[in-house]
Amino acid sequence: MKIIGLIIALVTGVLLIGATGDFPDWADPASPASTHLSPHFIEKTMEETSVPNIVTAVLADYRGYDTMYETAVIFTAGLACFILLRIFVREEPGDRLYRHLLTGVTVRVKEGMELPPSEDFERIDATWTPPDLIIKTVCRFLIPFIQLFALYVIAHGHHSPGGGFQGGVILGASIILLAISQDLRTSVRRLREKLDAVLCAVGVIIYAGTGALCLLLGLNFLDYSALASVLHCDPVTARSHGILIVEIGVGIAVMCTMIWIYNNVSSTGKYDEGL
Amino acid sequence: MIWELDLAILTLVVMAGIGAITVKDLLGAAILFGAYSFMMCLLWSIMGAVDVSFTEASVGAGVSTVFFVAAVFRTTRRTKD
Repeated sequence: MKIIGLIIALVTGVLLIGATGDFPDWADPASPASTHLSPHFIEKTMEETSVPNIVTAVLADYRGYDTMYETAVIFTAGLACFILLRIFVREEPGDRLYRHLLTGVTVRVKEGMELPPSEDFERIDATWTPPDLIIKTVCRFLIPFIQLFALYVIAHGHHSPGGGFQGGVILGASIILLAISQDLRTSVRRLREKLDAVLCAVGVIIYAGTGALCLLLGLNFLDYSALASVLHCDPVTARSHGILIVEIGVGIAVMCTMIWIYNNVSSTGKYDEGL
Repeated sequence: MIWELDLAILTLVVMAGIGAITVKDLLGAAILFGAYSFMMCLLWSIMGAVDVSFTEASVGAGVSTVFFVAAVFRTTRRTKD
């Protein structure tokens, strides 16, 4: 089996390397991409979309169809992790452990017994070790700044490198950092599983909905200049704003998908204490 | 583009890539894959593709390494082959 795998990998590698021979040379000024597409984007992007960062304009406007399905692919990845891993188990019989939040005392509750309803007790698991105080405190200070930076990356994608994907991943990573530095229950309490899953879909719907709205307003799918009548601005500014709306949708979808995948993988679908 | 720097990073990319598929410890492989992604990120920024480099840094070196570590933590640390 290993030999077959090796042969397949080698044949694919040779084919791919052979296919690169047909590519135009790197930075070849006579290649079709350099003679037709690049000059148009470099010269016309500013006057057509008023977005200084050409990469963002190409990604979310000229090539918006591709980015929409990229977002859909990420959503599908999160959905696949959920379907494969999530298990809805009823409460397993046996003793349960609770920790008193104010004193740190751990209480073992025998099978069949119940704690009186109280906000002061936190459910913990037998294999779980309490997070270190230094790590916990440093992460608590760090997370708001990470999230602020992520919002900056999303909002400033027009002018500097960044955009929905990167900002969304950084936002998701901040919640994952919370889950690592404390435990999964804490982060799931901040962002419930159902809300997380709904927001994943909402992100994709914002993107596709913007495209559909352009279609309804009488122009092509994802042609943001149609939004000019809705946003009360000229078509060029409307394209710039359309890119921002779409980036926000991508950011929400990517953030929630990252958290969703992490929650399912790190707790093997049980949503207990996590790593 | 400084070609010495380019060559050094390219060597590290190849070394990290070979290391990631040969090492027996899966946690080590995950870390090596993170190192590979980070070197690729440096390579992208040398080539002037800052957006791609940013994505590689956040997705490749950041979140996917966390996913790998989480998966290794929940399965096994030793490979079967």
